[in-house]
Amino acid sequence: MVEPDLYSRRSDLGLAFAPQDYQQGNSFRIIYLHVPAAALAQSCYLLMAIAAVVGLVWKMKVADMVLKCAAPIGASFCFLALFTGAVWGKPTWGTWWVWDARLTSMLILLFLYLGVMALGSAIQDRTTAGRAVAVLVLVGVVNLPIIKYSVEWWNTLHQPATFKLTEKPAMPAEMWMPLLVSAIGIYSFFGHCLLLRTRNEILEREKRTLWVRKLVKGEPTDAV
Amino acid sequence: MTAFISVLRRDLLLAFRQRQDLLNPLLFFVITCSLFPLGVSPESEFLAQSAAGILWVAALLATLLSLDMLFRADFEDGALEQFMLSPQPLYLLVLAKILAHWLVTGLPLIFLSPLLAVMLFLPSEQIPLLMLSLLLGTPVLSLIGAVGAALIVGLRGGGVLLSLLVLPLYIPVLIFGTGVMQAAAASMPYNGQLAMLGAFLLLALVLAPVAAAAALRISAST
Repeated sequence: MVEPDLYSRRSDLGLAFAPQDYQQGNSFRIIYLHVPAAALAQSCYLLMAIAAVVGLVWKMKVADMVLKCAAPIGASFCFLALFTGAVWGKPTWGTWWVWDARLTSMLILLFLYLGVMALGSAIQDRTTAGRAVAVLVLVGVVNLPIIKYSVEWWNTLHQPATFKLTEKPAMPAEMWMPLLVSAIGIYSFFGHCLLLRTRNEILEREKRTLWVRKLVKGEPTDAV
Repeated sequence: MTAFISVLRRDLLLAFRQRQDLLNPLLFFVITCSLFPLGVSPESEFLAQSAAGILWVAALLATLLSLDMLFRADFEDGALEQFMLSPQPLYLLVLAKILAHWLVTGLPLIFLSPLLAVMLFLPSEQIPLLMLSLLLGTPVLSLIGAVGAALIVGLRGGGVLLSLLVLPLYIPVLIFGTGVMQAAAASMPYNGQLAMLGAFLLLALVLAPVAAAAALRISAST
């Protein structure tokens, strides 16, 4: 079930109705955008890595397309996470940017996304581009555990993860429930975007086929 | 094993026939290092503090520049396709090429680094450590870079693209390589960072030739 506008409809829970933080006041509310975006940026890379394996092993064309379509979305969310982090860092840490492990590894993730996009557009042949990008994504996947555990391995300014599957969150329910809703909302939005982009990509690649032509003209087709 | 040795010998021989190509990355390394005192500050305290970082970044860029030629000549004259058709595992042949590349670019950089370290006022007791960190680090740079070079081998104007692909993957190596030197400068234990560099080397040694071989097959299929 994909609910694309869950985020836009229910983000008010966190942005307006969650109680103020006793230290940070209202500025902590950016967490409702920052944490879901950062989590998504990493999940998106994981999804691309899975798609890369599927594409390389089973030679599925759709996996290549999903990989190609996910990269710009992942790059946008990675940038969004870095940007909101900088905006949040200014009032709380007193600086826009620190070279701490988590920030640096997120920056590397952004560079990896940009590299994937650059390689994908540099190779003319679609099949070759898909497979080359898949290899690059798999090589870059070593960065994911580094980001995930950077705040636990190194003593950094960035606080540890907000949510853990195994423990009760340290925040009161009025604060983390909206965060959960925002996270689900952002993930749904991502799923929606990805499906839309992939559909466009399929239509673009199959534009010479009969079923696409019929679809464009509005004639009934037997294709779904 | 014979195939490994013969590819290694062939690549080294080719490299020594083109001596100027051997010198260019080294010259680049020296010139880049000399830009920092001119561009930032020639004061000895500043240079002593940042010498290790400067040398590491310059070594990284010099490796990057030389990567473009790793597979290109073989790709253009068709030798690469013969490698792929040969019954030997491509993994082994790629590893031989990477080793040859490191022997002609990485190793000379390490031998040159004490000279530049002295010019950049690095405390002399840290110079052996710098060479050790480079000895563990530069092979990783060649190994990771080979994957990038294999991916772009068939593309025109791939040089800039190569740096875009490879540099993000170089950052962890750079962090731990300079981390060794920073820990040593603060007289803290640096074994952990050295061990991490060694771990990177082993990991890259096992995985990078596989990825590079796969990438070469993809690039050659067009």
